[in-house]
Amino acid sequence: MSTRASGRVAYINARLLDPASGLDGTGFLLTDGETIAEVGTGLFQGAHSADTLVIDCQGACLAPGLVDMRVQLREPGEEHKETLRSAGESAVAGGVTSMVCLPNTHPVIDDVATVEFVARRARKSGLAKVYPYAAATKQLAGQELAEIGMLAEAGALGFTDGTKAIKNAQVMRRALAYAATFGVMIIQHPEEPSLAENGAMNEGELSARLGLAGIPTAAEAIMLERDMRLVAITGGRYHAAHLSTAEGIEVVRRAKERGLPVTCDTAPPYFALNELAVSEYRTFSKLSPPLRSEADRQAIVAAIKDGVIDAIASDHAPQDQDSKRLPFAQAEPGGVGLETLLAVTLELYHNRHLSLIKAVELITWAPARLLGLPAGQLKTGAAADLVLFDPDRAWRVDPEKFRSKSKNSPFDGRPLQGRVLRTVVDGRTVFATDA
Amino acid sequence: MLDLSDGFVEKNRSADRKSNNLRGKTIINLFFENSTRTRTSFELAGKRLGADVINMQVSASSVAKGETLIDTAMTLNAMHIDVLVVRHPDSGAVKLLSEKVNCAVINAGDGAHEHPTQALLDALTIRRRKGHLDGLTVAICGDVLHSRVARSNIHLLNSMGARVRLVAPRTLLPAQADRLGVEVFHNMVKGLEDVDIVMMLRVQNERMKGNFIPSIREYFHFFGLDYEKLKAAKPDALIMHPGPMNRGVELDSDLADDVERSVIREQVEMGVAVRMACLDVLTQNLAGGNA
Repeated sequence: MSTRASGRVAYINARLLDPASGLDGTGFLLTDGETIAEVGTGLFQGAHSADTLVIDCQGACLAPGLVDMRVQLREPGEEHKETLRSAGESAVAGGVTSMVCLPNTHPVIDDVATVEFVARRARKSGLAKVYPYAAATKQLAGQELAEIGMLAEAGALGFTDGTKAIKNAQVMRRALAYAATFGVMIIQHPEEPSLAENGAMNEGELSARLGLAGIPTAAEAIMLERDMRLVAITGGRYHAAHLSTAEGIEVVRRAKERGLPVTCDTAPPYFALNELAVSEYRTFSKLSPPLRSEADRQAIVAAIKDGVIDAIASDHAPQDQDSKRLPFAQAEPGGVGLETLLAVTLELYHNRHLSLIKAVELITWAPARLLGLPAGQLKTGAAADLVLFDPDRAWRVDPEKFRSKSKNSPFDGRPLQGRVLRTVVDGRTVFATDA
Repeated sequence: MLDLSDGFVEKNRSADRKSNNLRGKTIINLFFENSTRTRTSFELAGKRLGADVINMQVSASSVAKGETLIDTAMTLNAMHIDVLVVRHPDSGAVKLLSEKVNCAVINAGDGAHEHPTQALLDALTIRRRKGHLDGLTVAICGDVLHSRVARSNIHLLNSMGARVRLVAPRTLLPAQADRLGVEVFHNMVKGLEDVDIVMMLRVQNERMKGNFIPSIREYFHFFGLDYEKLKAAKPDALIMHPGPMNRGVELDSDLADDVERSVIREQVEMGVAVRMACLDVLTQNLAGGNA
């Protein structure tokens, strides 16, 4: 059980990064209770006040806590893979203070009671805040619309069939139109299922050599093309999750140019890895959508730089050993990502693709704004959800040290730069490294 | 390997077929997929070398999921065996299993990935008939998409200096097949023009998920090998097939039995010799290495 934060905490000597206002400079941040009381670029004057705890950041970066817009939680139903508690621990260890979960639990988040269950359980743990997406269709079956209006009223942030594409065009059309009635968005897993069926990896020379059934890049583009036309008919708000291909990017780029209400995200594996990661039949690198070619990876990086991609989400998908220690075709897809989201995203900064503040924006203010969440900003009066990190500190990914119950990281063993030093939720420090 | 196999061919043809090279060694043939000829061939090979051979047929469908694959591997590993011969319907499964055991593992076919001993026996058959492999043109025809035999043969024949062609409808070829170091043809007669070897592949109905070809009749019409289409090949071209054959689907029945052209039975004979060579080489290198 969490206790409410009281009193004042001053974070001094910090490099403040607030993408929403463009602030990137040395200064201090004062929290009072659960909210941010002051953000200043000068010297902190109240350091001698007895009721203020002073934390010297020693030049480390202080940014809004990360907002992760795509996380699979596994609770209720698959608690052996992840619980709300372990996901919360994992999130704050990764600097994530708000996360949005997919409805693909058992039971499916397709009724008001389940939405409330998840929200209540997450609140209890007092770790990262959890906002659910609810199912777009009942039981994620792709047939009948879920109670979108009531679920939105109960707090569902958006509507999606999770890791399944909404396949039927008529159902998608109605979901978009109906959701628009309530001003909520539909999030699509953009993959034409009939082309992805039985597929275990990207289709190409490597799949031919490995003797694995492939998923063509066209599967993404086809679904996006269709959906863009449905968005055009309905005017519904549409978000494409985890883009992985150059062709998919082009579809979204054109839709945005036409002014359609479309956004998209990608996940770290799609800009930091390519299909070669699955050679040797490495099931930890089996993802959905699959890791693509190097040309696709580069297209994703370019789309992040030029803004076609709006946000980066971890696409956290916990799987236990039994789901991964299998012949490749039988293994479950997905990788854990909460604890590597920041550092892999910072690769874009270290590799000089993005400024530091822009990299941070993609995992804080950008998803918060897109989702309409009161998060992702260093603003007086806002919730004191913060992450303090050293952007340069080197470490090597060791999944055994993850807080997540599952260890299936596609970044296993990767050297990274950028370490979370402290995570603050509603003014309380919920994670701190020893150093 | 091929030279060593040659020796075993002669030995197998003589009256005294048995040796003691593998005496005291234990081999388990672990088959997660039905197989008659490969399993029997490995069993004979092991027994002729004096090893103790056990066959385990595990129906992959009855196995809940692959966790049992690793369980099975660990269990067998604990019994101190020397060689595991494994066949599995999933690509990469044999590699996964080999990471979990400390005995020698021979891949007897994994999914649509590889079937190395088949490629070796095919190479041996060709070399004994033609005297060499380099410079020959080999057409591999049929269901390349699902074929581990095709993949292993492409690798081996290429590395031995032969030229490899693939002949198949586009639906039965993997993506970017031309990147595998082969020439790709979609017309049987053109693909067979002046080839030295015609290697037919089994149409793997059991692996077909969805519509790859409209009908058997149509397939045989365009891609089945008969005397007429064979005219395009060199007059002394050999016909090969890894078996089991679908007579009248990929191969004309009379042609399959034509001793002048078909070396299909010889392939089976070579299979035993090649597998003896594999076992012999592997166990020599093991020598006491796994007490």
